[in-house]
Amino acid sequence: MEENDNMGTINFPMGNFKTRLSPKFKNRKQYQPVNPMNIISFIPGTIMDILVKPGQKVEKGDDLIILSAMKMQNRLKCHVKGKIKKICIEKGDKVSKGTLLIEIE
Amino acid sequence: MPLDRKIRELHEKRGKAFLGGGEKAIEKQKALGKRTARERIMSLLDEGSFSEYDLFVEHDARDFDMDKKSLPSDGVIIGTGTIYGASVAIFAQDFTVAGGSLGLMHSRKITKIMDHALKMRMPLIGINDSGGARIQEGVNSLAGYGEIFFRNTISSGVIPQISVILGPCAGGAVYSPALTDFVFMVDNISKMFITGPEVIKTVLGEEISMEDLGGARVHNEITGNAHFFALSEEQCFDQIKKLITFIPLNNQRKAKSFETSEPKPGYDIAHIIPDDPTLPYDVKEVIRAIIDDSDFFEIQEMWAKNMVIGFGRMGGRTVGFVANQPIEMAGVLDVDSSDKAARFIRYCDAFNIPIITFVDLPGYLPGVDQEYAGVIRHGAKLLYSYSEATVPKITVILRKAYGGGYIAMGSRHLRADFVFAWPTAEIAVMGPEGAANIIFRKEIMSSDDPDEMRRQKVAEYKAKFANPYVAASRGYVDAVIEPSETRKLLLHSLEISENKVVTMPDKKHGIPPF
Repeated sequence: MEENDNMGTINFPMGNFKTRLSPKFKNRKQYQPVNPMNIISFIPGTIMDILVKPGQKVEKGDDLIILSAMKMQNRLKCHVKGKIKKICIEKGDKVSKGTLLIEIE
Repeated sequence: MPLDRKIRELHEKRGKAFLGGGEKAIEKQKALGKRTARERIMSLLDEGSFSEYDLFVEHDARDFDMDKKSLPSDGVIIGTGTIYGASVAIFAQDFTVAGGSLGLMHSRKITKIMDHALKMRMPLIGINDSGGARIQEGVNSLAGYGEIFFRNTISSGVIPQISVILGPCAGGAVYSPALTDFVFMVDNISKMFITGPEVIKTVLGEEISMEDLGGARVHNEITGNAHFFALSEEQCFDQIKKLITFIPLNNQRKAKSFETSEPKPGYDIAHIIPDDPTLPYDVKEVIRAIIDDSDFFEIQEMWAKNMVIGFGRMGGRTVGFVANQPIEMAGVLDVDSSDKAARFIRYCDAFNIPIITFVDLPGYLPGVDQEYAGVIRHGAKLLYSYSEATVPKITVILRKAYGGGYIAMGSRHLRADFVFAWPTAEIAVMGPEGAANIIFRKEIMSSDDPDEMRRQKVAEYKAKFANPYVAASRGYVDAVIEPSETRKLLLHSLEISENKVVTMPDKKHGIPPF
């Protein structure tokens, strides 16, 4: 049995075990609850148009952004009622999946 | 024209075709550390055994001035031969001819040898080295891929199918290897991806090298798409040849039998497991301690290492091994390890290879990431594969077998034919700590010294349930055995299950939790 730097402990309900930890396990993301006030890109693509301005009041169902991805113009809609707090991207930006696009308050 | 002149003409034509894309292209191929398609076939097959078909096939594309171009053999070599005397059908894409691109005739050559392999019930080996679809041939080239995927699927479980990635294999092309049984890759030579670095850069602005996106390491360590990793083409071919010795020609046959030999001395099976049950050990030592010549041929050695799968021989016959690996991630079941074992069990079942399972796991890996990744669906594959498999199934519980993990790892309840347990086995519904906290909740809470009471109750539970005898008293375990008796009992069990018959209800097919 070779020892290496990856040795660690995993906690189970029944107790703790010494073992090697996989990179996947070590790099796993801590759970973060979903914040409905943040508009996040659900697919990688290019920002074609931003349809709102900071400070603008928005209703549930309003179009916020047109995100061009996979040969399709996707309209990102607002799913809360509120006011645009911050726009984090610019027209023409390439965004990856999970990028914060707009904050609403 | 006299015969000798005609024969000379044939030789000239052959010689020209053998050069593929020509000397310059061959030099380029060599500069990348790659062999030519023909050299690859020659080094993989028994000397002098290769019989080639369709050497003189040419494309008949007309658009984009293609009618003026000659592509020798249309960029792929097909034929049959032997490996250690076992018949195999083989195709090898030739990157020196139009980048090994797949046009209509290229694909027809491949499907011809695939049809042949299926009809003659012999293994198929595909060597992939291709830039992808031949764009000039348009939808014909897509049709070609589709025809290949269909045959991969129909042949699955009938003949062994092996894919060797020795160059690029990109876009839709990756789905042929993905549909086959075993994928071999070589460091710095093999590349597999659906969308390449160019597309990723255009769409996302992210830069990544081909090697980091879809190299041999990536698919062996991270994705689990590949089964074998080699540092050179030569090492890769040795791995393929060795694999061929373990598997049968088709699903109606058994793998070739060899002379039996004892495990190598030096494996002290009785002292592999540490006294402290929270300490790890290498389960491959247990496998090597009981198989012929201690020769274990591991599959997917670098991915989901908490589950060990591979072939060995017992009494000269091939056996598939599935084992939890306590030294890696405590041997837990998780998404990847369930997938890994489930597919291997189905492979063994399809090709008449008995399965021996070694059990030592604390259970499923707790965590939001696992739950969100669908560990329910993935874990279910393991139950499905074990339950459905009708080959001889023998399970040895080495140490921990708790809760769902106990059921999933080839338990009696999923129709293991034989279940043995070492005296170190702990078989129970859950670990002593958890169980004591639930069962003795009242006593612990109402005690003046809850911690002391908990310790007592845990010890009580451990003494009573953390052993193999409760399961043995119900017949869920057939025998509690000494580690040193393991090989003898496994050999006996394999011997008497040689003619095992199980009848399953009539159905078109089940619906496994893919």
